Amino acid sequence: MLDFVQQLVSGIALGCVYGLIALGFVLVYKATEVVNFAQGDLMMLGGFFAFTFIGILGLNYWIGFAGAVAAMAAFGMLAERVVVRPILGYPQFSIIMATIGLGYFLRSVSGMIWGTDDFKIETPFSQGVVRIGALVLAYDKLSVIAATIILCTLLYLFFNKTTLGTAMRASSENMLAAYYMGIPVKRVVSIVWAISAAVATCAGVLLAPITFIHSNVGLVLGLKAFPAAVLGGFGSIPGAVVGGVLIGVIESMAGFYLPEGWKDVAPYIVLLLVLLIKPEGLFGLPMRKKV
Amino acid sequence: MRFLFKTDYDDDIRLFPHSGYVISYGTLFALLVIAPFVLSSYLVSQLVFVCIYATVGVALLILTGFTGQASLGHAAFLAIGAYTTAYLQQFNVPFPIYFLAAGLLTGVIGAIVGFPALRLQGIYLVIATISFAFIVEEILARWESVTHGNEGMRIKTIQLFGTQVSRDSPAFYFLCLAVLVLTIVGALNLLRSPTGRAFVAIRDSETAARSLGINVALYKVKSFAISAAITGFAGCLFAHKLSFISPEMFTLQLSIEFIIVILIGGTFSLHGAVLGAIFVVMIDPFLTYLKDDMPGAIGHFAALLGAGATRATQIQDSVAAFASANGLKGAIYGIIIILFVLFEPLGLYGRWLKIKLFFQLFPLYKRATFKHQKIYVKSERLR
Repeated sequence: MLDFVQQLVSGIALGCVYGLIALGFVLVYKATEVVNFAQGDLMMLGGFFAFTFIGILGLNYWIGFAGAVAAMAAFGMLAERVVVRPILGYPQFSIIMATIGLGYFLRSVSGMIWGTDDFKIETPFSQGVVRIGALVLAYDKLSVIAATIILCTLLYLFFNKTTLGTAMRASSENMLAAYYMGIPVKRVVSIVWAISAAVATCAGVLLAPITFIHSNVGLVLGLKAFPAAVLGGFGSIPGAVVGGVLIGVIESMAGFYLPEGWKDVAPYIVLLLVLLIKPEGLFGLPMRKKV
Repeated sequence: MRFLFKTDYDDDIRLFPHSGYVISYGTLFALLVIAPFVLSSYLVSQLVFVCIYATVGVALLILTGFTGQASLGHAAFLAIGAYTTAYLQQFNVPFPIYFLAAGLLTGVIGAIVGFPALRLQGIYLVIATISFAFIVEEILARWESVTHGNEGMRIKTIQLFGTQVSRDSPAFYFLCLAVLVLTIVGALNLLRSPTGRAFVAIRDSETAARSLGINVALYKVKSFAISAAITGFAGCLFAHKLSFISPEMFTLQLSIEFIIVILIGGTFSLHGAVLGAIFVVMIDPFLTYLKDDMPGAIGHFAALLGAGATRATQIQDSVAAFASANGLKGAIYGIIIILFVLFEPLGLYGRWLKIKLFFQLFPLYKRATFKHQKIYVKSERLR
């Protein structure tokens, strides 16, 4: 029983990691109906920025964190301006390919700048554990869970309660109509890319003690976060986190109870089964073609 | 400029609309036939890869370009074809039979994948095909009694009509070329048949296709099966060319490469598959060539511009250091993809058509002929 609970908790922690990255996917999708395949790589880049600020320049952890978030928000805007804006509204396939290209580029360039070693950031959460009865929880995992809950709540409120959030939803639903309503669609898209890059940076920095930072971390985790976003239903913020947690729990349970090899595949099998039954994911909105 | 007057339906679907086609494709075919006797063995080997990639490109074009179903899982189909080959070879099955078996089995699996894909669209379909590819990769690594797991499998040389067809011989090149040509002719015939028209109708509008009485589900499954089967044939040749296969060869990276083939070539015509394959296969040797020769050339150029001998050497060294930096290839790949999506969404073949039109209409060519209309995102969500 204790094994089960321990696996469950570590699964949830892992799942929050995926959820945090999936949040970035969902944000961009919610505002522009674009899928950003480079989200994981933005996370990786954010981690490297934080490493430069904290590990190399020796800044305070929180200042370095804030600096990395700000720098990545600016970078997100730049990436949107250069790669996405010219093809906004094209078939989804084009944008997927463009962001795959962006991901390739970011991976290689950061490999060239920072090398291919694993880097570690010293954080206030690196050491220490909480014990609840016989259950052991590390601070770094708890920090990820807490950050996921906070960010998810904030973003949910942002999208549903603020004017800017409503403008974002409007421009994704019908861009032309949004223009007519006086929404500065281009700026809105720019802002949402900045937010999603900032969220990705949060994920990257919080992950640094757990997974370390290297140039392929984004690809590896991004490919796991992607099913999480799809499982929750693309376009639903709570769905992304629930999907992430589900994937994380399935993965850690499969790793513990099933023979070797199932751990990596089980999330995808579950994903395919869910898509068979509910093609729009667990929390997704139904799609209908209007004629 | 040539004007074609079409007087009946056959004129519209002819494979060679006029004699110019016969001449140009005939010349191309003749050049390809003499290629292995003229070119170096390295280039011939690259040509074999071009044939294999182009075959997969045609398969992907049928599915993605003409039926509108994106797939990032074609490496898995290639793997199934390759492993079928390796497995059947152990029982001394002759080449023609296991070649057909590789295609058939992959086609059946493609149809099975097609069924769950019926209800999925856009991004959900992409992720479903990625999941399928991951699952296949893991099965190949774990099902050791059949696939030998991560140890991989050796492929024996082809025995055809009692002779050995080694993987570097011109005969193997001709085999790959024949498969490619047959695939292209088959695909052309498919696309001008009712089935192909149904594919295109589904791509353009599923709703319209359905209301015209097309069984959308049936044709989507057909498209998946045909595409997978062709990829399976290519997988058999791929396995022979490499002579050794293991699960880590068939990753998402390879699927992305296949997508790049049709993206760079152009997704609206079969020419795109061949042009894209040439580009993707030749970029590696080209980059190596640049890496080896560019530093010297630039140093030489600097010396010509009046830089001193030491300065020129310095420049040469820094260029060499940059060119051999780790991961430069990935960066160049990324930039090429982005540039093509942004500036040439019609691909290399689209560029060729533009150049051709420029000369046909000279001096009346208008840049705006191919200009994209501004498109606005409109969701299909209900809320």
